[in-house]
Amino acid sequence: MISIIDYGVGNVKAFLNIYNKLGHKAYLAKTEEDLIGSTKVILPGVGHFDYAMTKFLESGLSESVNDLVLNKKIPALGICVGMQMLARKSEEGSMPGLGWMEADVVRFDIDKIDFRPHLPHMGWNDVDIVKNDKILDGFPKQSKFYFLHSYFMACDKASDVIATSEYGTTFSCIVNHENIYGIQCHPEKSHGFGIKFLDNFAKL
Amino acid sequence: MLTKRIIPCLDIKDGRTVKGVNFVQLRDAGDPVELAKIYSDEGADELVFLDITATVDKRKTLAELVTKIAKAINIPFTVGGGISTVEDVKVLLNAGADKISINSAAVNNPQIINDMAQEFGSQCVVVAIDTRNVDGLDFVHTHGGRKPTLLQTQAWAREVCDRGAGEILLTSMDHDGTKGGFANEITAEISSMLSIPVIASGGAGNSEHFKDVFTFGKADAALAASIFHFKEIPIPELKAYLNSEGISIRK
Repeated sequence: MISIIDYGVGNVKAFLNIYNKLGHKAYLAKTEEDLIGSTKVILPGVGHFDYAMTKFLESGLSESVNDLVLNKKIPALGICVGMQMLARKSEEGSMPGLGWMEADVVRFDIDKIDFRPHLPHMGWNDVDIVKNDKILDGFPKQSKFYFLHSYFMACDKASDVIATSEYGTTFSCIVNHENIYGIQCHPEKSHGFGIKFLDNFAKL
Repeated sequence: MLTKRIIPCLDIKDGRTVKGVNFVQLRDAGDPVELAKIYSDEGADELVFLDITATVDKRKTLAELVTKIAKAINIPFTVGGGISTVEDVKVLLNAGADKISINSAAVNNPQIINDMAQEFGSQCVVVAIDTRNVDGLDFVHTHGGRKPTLLQTQAWAREVCDRGAGEILLTSMDHDGTKGGFANEITAEISSMLSIPVIASGGAGNSEHFKDVFTFGKADAALAASIFHFKEIPIPELKAYLNSEGISIRK
């Protein structure tokens, strides 16, 4: 069963709709009891880093989610700001992140972006696979996903990066360390490739 | 590379599409949800739904429709048409809309742009500007382009950007319905002036018009209605053409 963490941040219904259509068992987890029996966990997120972290810590779910991911090692997927929360910290805020990935979140350097509307990086952009991983099974070398963000995750180790994109700089947009995955794009808004990505996660 | 966006626009009344739609594969030509699904499967990058219902039940019907659309498609979509309060915006975003477009409400009460950006973030605030050239000067018009205001289009575009709009949907009322091409000049002018994306609208008649608005017009996205509804330009063909012309596009 896939638990979609519902801590009041992000469009959780979008993930539920897709998993219902795909026929995977998924539900919204609002309380610790909801997490019982979880075999996978999705951490969505939008908005400001500190706001999302605060809401997550206040939700009363963080300890259980920590245990499921770090001790029981069930597959976890952080999406957009949910991905950024996996890092140690973010230039956007002052709160510490979850620290599940050896990475920090940094802002795009607008001086390097020659594309006129600088930030946020919004729209459909290429996702280039740099390392084979089950979560990208059946994907072409390059596919298009929908992005909406101004910050990205910079990993300490290149080996944690499985796909990159370009926006003034090459940045990691899909990452993985052991059972933990993160995606910067919005799979729930990325049509066919997005659905396939969420399907692949469900099948891990 | 970040791609230029192609955006079909659907006019909605009482939860149904109003403008004639000519899709053979549609079981119900008036069902916006079914049409939205077809467009997203054909490769539309985003969708815009403009509600022109005037009845008191409008809000409820629109929210119900947005919920259905959000369930049916997974590409970003904007909802607009007569939205005038932050509360309206909240209801529609909660129902699953990605962005909200406001037009007259922004002209009547510009503070709503700041309020929306503050509460929900600039990324979901689209300000629609209907412009018409009057004796060589561009003026903002409301009421579907019929009512002139004293606002000059360029100055208003800058103001909405400064107030926190995330995108501008610029419709040239001089070009709308003509099928003679987009208003490339003013689109380029506003696009170059501002740091936010500009969606060009009004005047699309053939594939070349899209190429022109992305090159000369410097638009980030192009919106059209009837040429898509009547299949005059199927989206896959349009995208193949733009790609062959060297324009970055999602195929």
